[in-house]
Amino acid sequence: MNGDVVLDVLVGIFLVAGGLLSLVAGIGLIRFPDVLSRMHSATKPQVLGVLLILLALAMSLRNGADLGTLVLIGGFQLSTAPLAAQMIGRAAYRTGRVHRESLDVDELADRSGTAHDRGE
Amino acid sequence: MTVAVVVVAVLLSAAAALALTRVVRGPALLDRVVAAEVLISIMIGALGAEAAVNRHATTLPILVVLSTLGFVGSVALVRFASGEEA
Repeated sequence: MNGDVVLDVLVGIFLVAGGLLSLVAGIGLIRFPDVLSRMHSATKPQVLGVLLILLALAMSLRNGADLGTLVLIGGFQLSTAPLAAQMIGRAAYRTGRVHRESLDVDELADRSGTAHDRGE
Repeated sequence: MTVAVVVVAVLLSAAAALALTRVVRGPALLDRVVAAEVLISIMIGALGAEAAVNRHATTLPILVVLSTLGFVGSVALVRFASGEEA
């Protein structure tokens, strides 16, 4: 077994793993009850799924210039996913789209100006 | 390798269909934003998988644009949903 075959097998495994994570996120989006729990499943393909597929792509291309672009894509995905998730979570909390009975702790409950404060 | 291609295609198609169902059903704009973000990630995955299987780098710029578009689009929609001032 030479190196190319091993790399090809690894490419296949990483691609299937990325696809599985995407499918898990799809199932989670359908079955979870509110925005916050759907965000939890949405992060699977956004970070690990995309990174696995980019890793497979890097191992398939084996080229320095393409590797730079892939690092750019992965870095951008890693740096923007938490930003967007934080904004979505804040908007969900402020517009009252949160199942309060499913929360263990609500640290914002006694803050003024929140949705809870206005009785929404 | 062919088996892996078929499996990945089926997995990503099913995931995209489920995410699209959530985009259609909502119920709120924020649910749709989350589902649309997942859909963009799945598109990045599908384009990347296709490029990895066929060993070409033609679609790499599209991947960069898609990852930017997912972020900018969701931030814009969330700001609209929460009704914040600029």
